[in-house]
Amino acid sequence: MFEVLISLLPSVLLEGLILGFVYAMIALGYTMVYGVLELINFAHSEIFMSGAVAGAETFILLKGTIANPYLLLLVAIIIGGAVAAFVSVSVERLAYRPLRKRGTTNRLVPLITAIGASFFLQDLVRLIEGLWNNAFYRRYPTFDAFERTYNLPVWLGDIVIILSLFTFFFAIVYLIYWVGVRLARAKQKRPTRNTLYALSGLSILFTVLFSLKYREVLTTDMGLSIQMKSLLVIVVSLAMLFGLNWLVNKTKLGVAIRAVAQDAQTASLMGINPDVIISRTFLIGGFLGGVAGVLFGLLYTLVHPYVGFIPGIKAFTAAVLGGIGNITGAAVGGLVLGMLEMLGGTYLTFLTNGAMGTEYKDILAFVILILILLFRPQGILGQQVGEKV
Amino acid sequence: MKKVLELKSVHTYYGHIHALKGVSLEVREGEIVTLIGANGAGKTTTLRTISGMVAPREGEIIFEGQRVNHLPAYEIVKRGIGHVPEGRRIFPRLTVEENLEIGAYLTNDRQAVAERKAEVFDLFPRLAERRRQLGGTLSGGEQQMLAIGRALMQDPRILLLDEPSMGLAPVLVDAIFEIIVELNKRGKTILLVEQNALLALKVAHRGYVLQTGEITLEGPAEELARNEEVKKAYLGG
Ligand SMILES: Nc1ncnc2c1ncn2[C@@H]1O[C@H](COP(=O)(O)OP(=O)(O)OP(=O)(O)O)[C@@H](O)[C@H]1O
Ligand SMILES: [Mg+2]
Repeated sequence: MFEVLISLLPSVLLEGLILGFVYAMIALGYTMVYGVLELINFAHSEIFMSGAVAGAETFILLKGTIANPYLLLLVAIIIGGAVAAFVSVSVERLAYRPLRKRGTTNRLVPLITAIGASFFLQDLVRLIEGLWNNAFYRRYPTFDAFERTYNLPVWLGDIVIILSLFTFFFAIVYLIYWVGVRLARAKQKRPTRNTLYALSGLSILFTVLFSLKYREVLTTDMGLSIQMKSLLVIVVSLAMLFGLNWLVNKTKLGVAIRAVAQDAQTASLMGINPDVIISRTFLIGGFLGGVAGVLFGLLYTLVHPYVGFIPGIKAFTAAVLGGIGNITGAAVGGLVLGMLEMLGGTYLTFLTNGAMGTEYKDILAFVILILILLFRPQGILGQQVGEKV
Repeated sequence: MKKVLELKSVHTYYGHIHALKGVSLEVREGEIVTLIGANGAGKTTTLRTISGMVAPREGEIIFEGQRVNHLPAYEIVKRGIGHVPEGRRIFPRLTVEENLEIGAYLTNDRQAVAERKAEVFDLFPRLAERRRQLGGTLSGGEQQMLAIGRALMQDPRILLLDEPSMGLAPVLVDAIFEIIVELNKRGKTILLVEQNALLALKVAHRGYVLQTGEITLEGPAEELARNEEVKKAYLGG
């Protein structure tokens, strides 16, 4: 029994990683907007949804014209991203900015506005889809090329297994560490570099011991396999994450975004119009969210005006997990949450003999969210806003 | 000499608080003008009004012949007003170099940015040593240097300095004031707000005394330094 569980581990972790990349991209939108405005943009889940729906329409519309599925995917990603970016910028322009200009200091007002914008967008998309298609459910077409499964070469499979195991152990060790810190009521807010090294060392040790002990079970005859569309999700997400990293750290716009996040008033003394930078931040966050929407559609095929809610709240959890406002944190939080969710979903079934099925995996994210908010509201990585990533 | 900056009976409010009650002053090209006064007199408010961080309710601010009041701060910077705010306000989680580069946000000419950066590093070698360090990890004196350097990156026509000596050890205060004089020699026009009136009047050409939102005295710096009232109130007898 135990051996079965372990033999499943690599593929479960890999699945979790793929899902985690999608969460990470959505989470970045929450965290970046929070960084510059200290606002939780609850409409972001609907921005994600608009990207997913626009992607579906693009696929359906152009399927006959563009024969190459990869090219079609690229076009869908660009259009989905662009539509979501447009929606995101519009929400800022029409809903949040007027409130800002009025100098509303009550934090609840923008929050309620965000929720209102969410409902508005859901119904707007529903209306448009209804007029356009007479139905608001849309399905991503499937392509043989994307469905095909590939076996990873053994060495690559091993690398993936070891990396996932390491991440897994690190998450556990870290969890124990901060619960410990919490219980000891220590003053120290975030781990020092040395603590992180020590925790990493410990995780490496566990990884090595574990993989040596369960060597046989972990590398089955079939090895690790992956579907083309999952691979595409990983590739596109990585490209987006590296692109964002470059943009935030190396470009003038990136420095300006971080400057506004740290001190908008002083940034305006540098000749920066904070409104322009805030708008750009919504643009970038919206684009990432839209691309995530297209990738989500590719993985799960069915999209509709209400498809954003669950992934949105999970990505928000991921952002909080990594410390809201922290860009690296959002990416890490997304990956960790994706893996935890897959682990929970798979093992819950086993451990309860099928009494609790995979459908309970959604609850996991909420449990984590509540736990974090109770114990460590500043998130795992904890630093605030405007960090270099 | 040409007037660079002129305030004509400027009134500024914070809500119901009437912080500036008709302030008039002028700064001419190549001058160091100092604005002295007790805590809460409105010195910072005067600078913030000039640079557009708060809008005046009445009066005019004329910079190089054009009205600039009611322009937002980021537009006023473009005209050539560099403001080193009270408390430095460097970006703590940008590196020293990024702080300087963001200072030159309005300049797209990379060559010019590199040249100005070299000038700033020449003026403050300390900053060159610490260029990769986060701004927030600098000492108070270094942060002040960075704040001044950051404003210089815009190559402003006039530099507004708000209490550059605040919280610094005496040696550092002297160093900063030497820099101010040096910048002025290189042609910068400077409006200097200071609590340390003695030092400010020593380096300035002219001065204004601000008292609860009103200018009560003005004149050449040496004259103000000899004035009995000023001596009693600001120079410790
Ligand atoms: N943001 C604000 N809101 C309300 N009142 C303010 C604000 N800033 C300043 N004031 C008030 O305006 C008046 C002038 O303040 P200001 O900061 O300009 O004084 P200052 O001369 O710079 O003093 P200090 O030497 O202490 O820096 C003070 O009475 C102060 O309480
Ligand atoms: Mg002041």
